[in-house]
Amino acid sequence: MITFTIDGKEVQGQEDWTVLDVAKWHGIDIPTLCYHPAVEPYGACRLCVVEVDDGRRSRVVISCMYPIREGIKVLTDTPRINNVRRWIVQLLLDESPASPKMQELATKFGVTPSRFKKAGVDFACHLCGLCVRACHEVVGAQALTFGNRGLRKEITSPFHTGSKECLSCGTCLYVCPTGAMEQLFDKVGA
Amino acid sequence: MQIKTLEDMQTAKKLGLAQLYPDKPKILVGMATCGLAAGAQKVFDLFQRKAQHEHWDGVVEKTGCIGFCYKEPLVDFILPDKPRLTYEQVTPDVAEELWSEISAGKIPEKHFLARLDIDDPILDGGPRKLYKGKLKGFLAKAPRYEDLDFFKLQRHLAMRNCGFVDPDNILHYIARGGYFALYKALTEMAPEEVIEAVTVAGLRGRGGGGFPTGVKWASCRKAQGWPKYVLCNADEGDPGAYMDRSLIEGDPHAILEGMLIGAYAIGSSEGYVYVRAEYPLAVKTLQRSILAAREAGLLGENIFGTGFSFDIKLNLGGGAFVCGESTALMASIEGKPGEPRAKYVHTVDKGLWNRPSNLNNVETWANVPLIIAKGADWYRDIGTEGSKGTKIFSLVGQVKNVGLVEVPMGISIKDMVNLIGGGVPETKEFKAIQIGGPSGGCIPRELWDLPIDFDSLWDAGAIMGSGGMIVMDDSTCMVDVAKFFLDFLIDESCGKCIPCRLGLKRMREILEEFSTGKGTVADLDELQSLAEAVKDGSLCALGGSAPNPVLSTLRYFREEYEAHVLRRKCPAAVCKELITYSINQELCNGCTACVQECPQGAITGEKKKPHQLNAALCIKCGACHEVCKFKAVEVF
Repeated sequence: MITFTIDGKEVQGQEDWTVLDVAKWHGIDIPTLCYHPAVEPYGACRLCVVEVDDGRRSRVVISCMYPIREGIKVLTDTPRINNVRRWIVQLLLDESPASPKMQELATKFGVTPSRFKKAGVDFACHLCGLCVRACHEVVGAQALTFGNRGLRKEITSPFHTGSKECLSCGTCLYVCPTGAMEQLFDKVGA
Repeated sequence: MQIKTLEDMQTAKKLGLAQLYPDKPKILVGMATCGLAAGAQKVFDLFQRKAQHEHWDGVVEKTGCIGFCYKEPLVDFILPDKPRLTYEQVTPDVAEELWSEISAGKIPEKHFLARLDIDDPILDGGPRKLYKGKLKGFLAKAPRYEDLDFFKLQRHLAMRNCGFVDPDNILHYIARGGYFALYKALTEMAPEEVIEAVTVAGLRGRGGGGFPTGVKWASCRKAQGWPKYVLCNADEGDPGAYMDRSLIEGDPHAILEGMLIGAYAIGSSEGYVYVRAEYPLAVKTLQRSILAAREAGLLGENIFGTGFSFDIKLNLGGGAFVCGESTALMASIEGKPGEPRAKYVHTVDKGLWNRPSNLNNVETWANVPLIIAKGADWYRDIGTEGSKGTKIFSLVGQVKNVGLVEVPMGISIKDMVNLIGGGVPETKEFKAIQIGGPSGGCIPRELWDLPIDFDSLWDAGAIMGSGGMIVMDDSTCMVDVAKFFLDFLIDESCGKCIPCRLGLKRMREILEEFSTGKGTVADLDELQSLAEAVKDGSLCALGGSAPNPVLSTLRYFREEYEAHVLRRKCPAAVCKELITYSINQELCNGCTACVQECPQGAITGEKKKPHQLNAALCIKCGACHEVCKFKAVEVF
């Protein structure tokens, strides 16, 4: 067992656990978006950031991937952390102001849509990659992938053609946190 | 010829020396990309044709770039028992003239740049004087390399062979002491001793982060797993920076030798060079040098008969800036999209194909043979306390002398700009220097005594980066500069994590408001907090350093931001929405130059009478302002 502290409270976790695993085990709340226990962590949404002091320096890391180490000091509620989280929620809320999941997070962080909010998009895809990972790791189909990069990055089928790998199982629809998959589904499947 | 023993090396060296300094005249044309762009191929062809047609008893050869990129094409004459003579801006016409003199045994005086009296190959035996006795006539008065402001403070260590050897000729490299460091490492040193030497020398990664190279090697040696990989990052992509390209094009074997020594130290037998595909000449040069090294037995099985084996594969870049990030680079070699991943488990433990991998930059590798050959203490003496050795910078922007500059760490920004760069043009004033590529920072005039080394730059909010330096004068708007670099980074963001993908876009939107007169003071704070969120929250170094252009300009040029926001004015007269052009009726003498220049027909007026500018038609292109010799066109 590895012993360390989260917000000053002594906690323990097993060798290959992440900070988020331990926090969940002890009922410490860390918000997440692209995390799902059924698939490998991906590290895209950055909502689960925490500050870790490993004795040498203190830095901001993502709790869903950061492996626990003996004696580290984890802080989940600092000005730096809250600044990152608040901005992520703000940016995502402006992308899809009508998404229930985003509204829930917005209420929690006290964020309201800004002057840059997008009009007419209710269920924007946040590229959290849960559908891609679920299709690959849980279904074993690899019918979904990322295409393009940067602002043009998208969820698509390999080579942008209807995928024969797709079993129409609906797992991607189930894991999608925003509902964007409902609009993508027909384009992706064969 | 297979090189197996020290005697073989000596034989190769003798052959190479005879080629480097033949007992007949030799013409050397700088044919790196900078030379070729200026027309060096035609010059080379001309000399070769002339030499053939006229049965000239001499040699015509190509070489890499010595750094004077603004003087290209460069041609050198290496005449027996004479200093090496360098000529600048040798167009085919000039080459024709030079040829008629040189082939007649005369020394041309036109287009002369500098003479080199002493050639110091650094690795081998110390400086060699190129002539005996005293110089007479023109040569005695001709400027030496070290007399040139551009060259005075420079010290070419990593670039030791650039501009001296034919990059495709391995014998030239050996003749200047190349591969002897490898021999020394393999036969006289244990791997741990090699790592110790690199650690003591204080070499830090030249790719940007400045991580101690020896520490990285030691962790990779200790890491569990097999095989281990040695990688070279040649995916240079900063706009305006080309140190790595020049090194590869000028001296590819230095990089291969560095990797070989690194592989021996770490315990690896397989390496990759990940080279930017948009560098066709560098790719070809690398291909040829790898083949040549293999043929010579310096890459492959049982090198020098010591049982040590190592081979290098070439991997062409995936065409994305982010592929220069270590984990994205490794993903790209694996055939996956070039996307970074979290590095909480270091790449020295789990890198390429989840095996221990050691990645260093081109320039870092080129420094390694020096440390082994000359010793760690020799290397330690160069540079500053925290940053040892030299660094190559590509000095571009508003300075007279543009080119590649290799200087000891710790020289001041002022010397870099005023002495080496020759200063900004007379009518302008130095405003800032942008250091470290697109995610570097802008350093203002107040800090220009700052020594250029890893730690001072970091404290000043910039980064060493790969070594790009863009000098800006007072006609540059810092809000516009921040916009420019953000545009580049938005375009090159992989899009995986939200702070980088959406945060940079939002920062750009806020800046756009500033430059169109829509911002408020509250937005300045908003921009600052967003920039910090992106810096803290992003996944990789691209996103983590992307806010630097904004943060550093906010830090040093806040008044300029405030002018945009509070007064709705752009002091540098760049942001079009915030400026108006007008004609000063007292200064205008009615020369009609602006009337003819204006693409919109917005300026009217008769000869010798003050002109009028119709603001409704004006598109603020500034053409009138530039053409007016009487300062009558004013911008507010």
